[in-house]
Amino acid sequence: MGPSDERWLDEEAGPLVRPYAMTRGRTRHTRADFDLIAIIACTDATPDERAALGPEHEAILEVTRQPLSVAEISSYVDLPLGVVRVLLGDLLDQELITVRKPAPVTDLPGERVLKEVIDGIQGL
Amino acid sequence: MVSKVSNPSDPHGGPPLAIKILIAGGFGVGKTTLVGAVSEIRPLRTEEMLTQESVGVDDMVGVEQKTTTTVAMDFGRITIRDGLVLYLFGTPGQDRFWYMWDELATGALGAVVLADTRRLDACFPSVDYFERRNLPFVIGVNCFDGADRYAPEEVSAALDLDAGVPVILGDARKKESGKRVLIALVEHVLDSMLRQRGTDLSMATY
Ligand SMILES: Nc1nc2c(ncn2[C@@H]2O[C@H](COP(=O)(O)OP(=O)(O)OP(=O)(O)O)[C@@H](O)[C@H]2O)c(=O)[nH]1
Ligand SMILES: [Mg+2]
Repeated sequence: MGPSDERWLDEEAGPLVRPYAMTRGRTRHTRADFDLIAIIACTDATPDERAALGPEHEAILEVTRQPLSVAEISSYVDLPLGVVRVLLGDLLDQELITVRKPAPVTDLPGERVLKEVIDGIQGL
Repeated sequence: MVSKVSNPSDPHGGPPLAIKILIAGGFGVGKTTLVGAVSEIRPLRTEEMLTQESVGVDDMVGVEQKTTTTVAMDFGRITIRDGLVLYLFGTPGQDRFWYMWDELATGALGAVVLADTRRLDACFPSVDYFERRNLPFVIGVNCFDGADRYAPEEVSAALDLDAGVPVILGDARKKESGKRVLIALVEHVLDSMLRQRGTDLSMATY
């Protein structure tokens, strides 16, 4: 029984069921780690052979070659947010992605940035 | 599809800023339409699967049931410049997804509450919610064809808004209209910020 057998079984379970099933008994990254607008970028690290990344992991790595928000990733790979967050947790564990969290809630953008935003919208 | 997405941040530049604005309001009031009118990308859709105790929701006395619901959120993006991106999130239109709102509202700059004068009460829950959370918001009156026209002051009075909460009349389908309401919101946030600073105002730097 090699790892490839396990993987085959995994895939048979279907793309939606598996990520949820995989989370059982594991440490989960919290929701706060993957805010809707946190920016995810894939790193150049090579995936661990034994990690058996699924096609959904691969899909996320593919779309995050350009840094992308969590919400956008969910939309592009067409998986619910909850599933995407689990998959991102896997990728983060293996340092295959970096996460840039949005500024803390207490740290509202300053006057200069807000004026920039107003000008930016004006120019649309 | 993916390849057309412009880079929302420079991984090697300064810290990118992502600003979140919520588009709220009752069911079918024009939230998705507004997001689409101003977004540089067609509105995207993300879903969250929620498991909830459905007690109370369906009035089944004493029957505890867990159901899984899918809540869809639309969102769009406006790139102000490299490293400064605005995300617009349309909130789920149904009240029973309130707790989804908490995640959306966390860290948000503010909200646009869309209102339809033919059924103003549909936006009461949104107004209450943002007032309670102390999140700055503006009212965007989506003037549907055939709806009676009201002056902003009338809408303001009918919604019992605090003085200073802007009411903007518009058409969610029109880009210029969407721009106006978003600008009104950011200006409102700026105003509140400056007012809080009070006497430091004259020394404000930028
Ligand atoms: N005449 C008119 N129709 C509008 C206007 N804004 C939106 N609509 C139409 O109203 C319908 C509902 O608009 P949506 O943008 O889907 O509303 P929503 O708030 O996203 O709806 P939910 O997400 O289902 O709550 C669509 O068919 C729009 O084309 C408007 O200003 N005038
Ligand atoms: Mg909608």
